[in-house]
Amino acid sequence: MSGAPMKIDAQLPTASPANGWIVLLGVLAVGLALPALVSGYYVSLGTQVLIFSLLAMSIDIMAGYAGRTPLCHGAIFGVSTYAVLYGVSVAGFPLVTAIALGIAAATCVAAIFALLAIRTSGVYFLLLTLALGMIIWGICLRWTRVTGGENGIRGDIRPAFLGGNVPFYYAVLGLAAVLAVVMWRFVSSPFGMSLKGIRDSEGRMQSLGYNTNLHLFLGFTMSGFFAGVAGAAYALFNNFVSPSTVALTQSVEGLLMAIVGGVGTLWGGLIGAAAIILLENIVSTYTERWPTVLGLTFIFIMIFAPEGVLGKLRAVLTRFRN
Amino acid sequence: MDRRTFLRNSALAVAGSGIAAEPWRIAAAQATPIKIGLMAPLTGVVAAGGKEVVEGFQMFWDSVGGEIAGRKIEVTVEDDAANPDTALQKARRLVEQANVHFLFGNILANTGLAVANYVKGNGTPYFIPVIAADDLTQRARIPNVVRVAGYSASQTPRPAGDYALKQGYKKAATISQDYSFGHEQCGGFCQTFTEGGGQIVQQFWHPLNTADLSPYLGQIANLGVDAVFVMETGADASRFIQQWSNFGLKGKIQLVMCQNATDQSVIRTLGAEAEGLVSCAHFAEGSPEPSTQKFVADYEKRYSKLPSIYGFSHFSGAMWVAEAIKKVNGKVEDREALLTAVRSIELSNSPLGKTVKLDPYGNPIYDIFVRKVARRSDGKLWNVPVSTYPSVSQFWKYDPETYMKQPSYSRDFQGIKKT
Repeated sequence: MSGAPMKIDAQLPTASPANGWIVLLGVLAVGLALPALVSGYYVSLGTQVLIFSLLAMSIDIMAGYAGRTPLCHGAIFGVSTYAVLYGVSVAGFPLVTAIALGIAAATCVAAIFALLAIRTSGVYFLLLTLALGMIIWGICLRWTRVTGGENGIRGDIRPAFLGGNVPFYYAVLGLAAVLAVVMWRFVSSPFGMSLKGIRDSEGRMQSLGYNTNLHLFLGFTMSGFFAGVAGAAYALFNNFVSPSTVALTQSVEGLLMAIVGGVGTLWGGLIGAAAIILLENIVSTYTERWPTVLGLTFIFIMIFAPEGVLGKLRAVLTRFRN
Repeated sequence: MDRRTFLRNSALAVAGSGIAAEPWRIAAAQATPIKIGLMAPLTGVVAAGGKEVVEGFQMFWDSVGGEIAGRKIEVTVEDDAANPDTALQKARRLVEQANVHFLFGNILANTGLAVANYVKGNGTPYFIPVIAADDLTQRARIPNVVRVAGYSASQTPRPAGDYALKQGYKKAATISQDYSFGHEQCGGFCQTFTEGGGQIVQQFWHPLNTADLSPYLGQIANLGVDAVFVMETGADASRFIQQWSNFGLKGKIQLVMCQNATDQSVIRTLGAEAEGLVSCAHFAEGSPEPSTQKFVADYEKRYSKLPSIYGFSHFSGAMWVAEAIKKVNGKVEDREALLTAVRSIELSNSPLGKTVKLDPYGNPIYDIFVRKVARRSDGKLWNVPVSTYPSVSQFWKYDPETYMKQPSYSRDFQGIKKT
């Protein structure tokens, strides 16, 4: 592979794979050093950032690479959380079985949503996925026998060796690193290229002989798989799940994280998750009106950096290089 | 200078430094503040109640000058937004970042259960004057969770079931918010009512924050029941009372309200539609008991409104824990000692006027009033006791061990006796 970046899409400059590995290792180094730098509470915030960055990245696969913006990934994420907690607390399965169940459940739900939604695009896709996510929320809220309704499901499912903030953080860091690399290779693969092609012009891809529906179906299901893994990690983090985990706000927050970081950059998910979670937690210690601050920040970003933080950074760097 | 002047000056200097050093010594002995984490829903369906939790709590600490046993009291207030996920996040922040000595508060049972699950893992004492989930002092007792100045969900509706039987009601229905507090309150009512020969015709459950209750009211109107047990809190309670009156059902079918539905936080903004409503509770702001009236007068002077269960319970809860802190001489870091002290306190100067103590399972025993909503001389609505059920515990007349063998109240199990 040559060192020059491939200019496949005119919209965003892409980093070359070599640069990508360097940046990733840099971020990983910071991640490894974090518990030594900050107190226990901020380490648990770091764990949250990692888990939600996986959700944001899974949304970016659809929104950024396939060009279809979904509003249901929060529900898919939460289905996994519910399944894991239900599996351990109610059904009494061993933890590993419950985690597998959670990921499988999320992937199945994503597959079903995909079958229903991929023939639409744009606003219709957005609305359809919103509605599908709400169906999941409605079930979780009212099927009290299974999901606990308003009370949710409580558990104490984290294994003893991951009990503290720091051990669990390292476990999640490892998981996030592995999964992020898998997602990155997924979108950089020929399959990922096809998704980008479908995003740029579905008609042209079809005339070239690609089965665009199959590509979108597989892309959606894979993004659901990744969201499901994040959901299972969240179950271990929180030891608790309630209907707000599958609500529309969760999907919207995930999408916001992807947008703030930069749609179509994949790594923007990490930046967006960090930005939003840290903003939420730090600003709310100073004022009750933190949602206003969040909203204003978002407006600011949309006006001055609509391609997201990472997108803007890359644009600036490219201009600087040229 | 000569020797005399020197001796006099040195003596004065030593005496002066001795006096000056005294405050330093006392300051060094004075310990760091006692940090309390108070969580309340300042936004959401019970926001009015949440605000009063904070008010009642602050009023007590201000009344003792903001310090107990020589240590200052520092209260950090967090909003749980009536959402269990948010409550969990805030609890985590209070314990791990703000390093509070103990947690207090929350209103909705689902938020309390989420936080209780969290403190079970790290041993932080958690005091819950309003969280009424039965099992926290029954089948799923957690050693560091104590219901100071609180009540369990099924405790107060049981006398209501008995009252309904004494009024001659034979058939009843229940309408309730669909979460654990609602299930347990209705369960308490239904079990007592059916064990006394009454019949529960149908039960209605709706999600929290249901704006339009007409589908349920329409069905209730056609059921042919003598009475309806109403389990609503916060905004849902105001809406129910107004819509019941608008439907023209007031007076046609008798209502037996739960204590939250006729609480001050609900009725103070209502009018004639709330008059005459009957409920059962351990606290009635219209009670003629002198200590109750003094508390009501103080509260009204400070906040320009009559106290609700939320203000009262957190005032009494703070009083209870303050007594315990005094008992352990301010050493709140020793959690075992603090919790043992809390469980042993018999509170004699609470606004209820009677001594209150915890039963062996960690829940208070109260005299429960049958109370009615009436107009005070200045036109404000308040709850006045009509009759009393003395010394009601969370187990009513049942033997605790036998009672705990039956399943917890849920949507599926309401204690209804099969005839």
